[in-house]
Amino acid sequence: MTPLGRAGAADRPRTGGPRRRRVRGTAPLPLLLPALIGLVFLVLPLLALLLRAPWRSMPDLLTSSEVWQALRLSLVCATAATAVSLVIGVPLAWLLARVEFPGRGLVRALVTLPLVLPPVVGGVALLMALGRNGVVGRWLDSWFGITLPFTTTGVVLAEAFVAMPFLVISVEGTLRAADPRYEEAATTLGASRFTAFRRVTLPLVAPGIAAGAVLAWARALGEFGATITFAGNFPGRTQTMPLAVYLALQNDPQAAVALSLVLLAVSIAVLAGLRDRWMTAS
Amino acid sequence: MTDDRRTTDDRRATDDRRTTGTDTPRRPGGPGSGAGLDARLVVERGSFRLDVALTAAPGDVVALLGPNGAGKTTALRALAGLVPLSGGHLRLDGAELDRTPPESRPVGVVFQDYLLFPHLSALDNVAFGPRCRGVRKAEARAQAAVWLDRMGLAEHAAAKPRRLSGGQAQRVALARALATHPRLLLLDEPLAALDARTRLDVRAQLRRHLADFEAVALLVTHDPLDAMVLADRLVVMENGRVVQEGTPSHIARHPRTDYIAQLVGLNLYRGRAEGHTVRLEDGPEITTTEDLTGPVFVAFPPGAVTLHRQRPGGSSARNVWRCEVAGLETHGDQIRADLTGELPLAADLTTVAAAELDLRPGPTVWATVKAAQTHASRA
Repeated sequence: MTPLGRAGAADRPRTGGPRRRRVRGTAPLPLLLPALIGLVFLVLPLLALLLRAPWRSMPDLLTSSEVWQALRLSLVCATAATAVSLVIGVPLAWLLARVEFPGRGLVRALVTLPLVLPPVVGGVALLMALGRNGVVGRWLDSWFGITLPFTTTGVVLAEAFVAMPFLVISVEGTLRAADPRYEEAATTLGASRFTAFRRVTLPLVAPGIAAGAVLAWARALGEFGATITFAGNFPGRTQTMPLAVYLALQNDPQAAVALSLVLLAVSIAVLAGLRDRWMTAS
Repeated sequence: MTDDRRTTDDRRATDDRRTTGTDTPRRPGGPGSGAGLDARLVVERGSFRLDVALTAAPGDVVALLGPNGAGKTTALRALAGLVPLSGGHLRLDGAELDRTPPESRPVGVVFQDYLLFPHLSALDNVAFGPRCRGVRKAEARAQAAVWLDRMGLAEHAAAKPRRLSGGQAQRVALARALATHPRLLLLDEPLAALDARTRLDVRAQLRRHLADFEAVALLVTHDPLDAMVLADRLVVMENGRVVQEGTPSHIARHPRTDYIAQLVGLNLYRGRAEGHTVRLEDGPEITTTEDLTGPVFVAFPPGAVTLHRQRPGGSSARNVWRCEVAGLETHGDQIRADLTGELPLAADLTTVAAAELDLRPGPTVWATVKAAQTHASRA
């Protein structure tokens, strides 16, 4: 049936065949070819990962204590970084969305900067700020005896620095879309602005906050550059999964592949979760 | 219909304050008495300037009436504290409120599309205000349940707003605003979000709730019929200013501008219907096309009135009243006659017709209105 139909469509180009088939058939080669190359380019490495995965030794590799250590550290740090981002990022998003103040555009640009900044630059910047001789870190060290770089807390900070903009941008968008008159209605009922935010706005934008948190969490989980620069690569303390993958690649490539598969699985799970979230939220 | 369960007591309670003939607007207690609303609202926004003086005594229901863009909603938002005043003053029961933030004002607002919090049940929406004012959760919910019961919504307490009909949502919004015991209740286009069918029912219910309300109620509307039915005093606004205020019947019979003559072009009466006949409180009857029983409003436009020098015989109009011309005012090519007598009413006629009738204040005329041109609705 298909070859016949195609031939018919070719014979009678103006009238023949269902519309969709004709459109598909007439996709111009200069567009189709790069498009296919692009698709292969994105999918092939992932397929290669699956093809070269040491499926037989996988159970042993994944149950080794180093892997578990790295995985647990990654999950703990990404979750802590997300929590930090929520506590300070949601109010920041609210400020950007709801309060008119001079220089708001500039502030928004500054918040967005870590999105485009190379993470390793972020790590260096964090060192300059919070390192032992950093602008602020010096005082933290001499006054409180707090050292942040090359600690687990440092990992959390580096991840939060890179991941929080995702949350802020996402929550700000949701807040802008939410009707501010609900807050007005709450104030006429006697709610302070904070109560209105807590009891009315927050529940209304909860889906957006959840989506932003998942994005930030996924970004924190994969964070490499800022983490290795600011927190180093100490197994059990600052060696997260991406760092472990990188290290493993140098002496045990099979382990690196296995670890990568774990991260790939997590990413796919996040994507699936977000899809549901966005579909129900919109 | 929850409507039918309402006692007749509250209907009767309102009858005496809704007489149609009073020409003098009820004035609030003069300066010094302090009770009620005393405001001059000045709000400047770009080229728009709102400057209105509003006074009302406790128990008054005042309607702000005017076209879109007249500044009605801005005035309401200024009273609620959602828009800052550029000038003037705002006193409620003697207390200065100009600088009081909205959450500290004893003011309740029913918003145009109600703005019920979608994530809270009807009960928790109503309990929200008391909770914010420091009432404990269980007590606030108990109070909210009483309010919902009063609105005939007890069985919808657990429902989320999106599961409520327009009329039910309106009553929840009213209950939510009343639950904070406001001294000033503001309603922004309270019936605009409803379809024509539910509108009549909701209007009748709202009227009773407003009549029960012991403090000042102020509603904003662009619908003259809603304003005339719900309020006992109208304030007509145009371009940020008050152009006329008074009782509905006074304004209908003495419109100050052509615009008002068009806008408030309604004769409105309250009476008790039995079938097609409505008996008004002070005597005369009006025949209508609607078949209703119980308290009703009857309305007909001034243009529906025909005037005669002699009592018309054999006229198809069922409604004939003996009146006297109290005054005549020209509005464009129309003349509005203010008639007293059996039935006080406003009549519009062309200048030609007025000349032919030799219409002037004093002599007796007969006014007729066809039943088909009257409109009755449950009160």
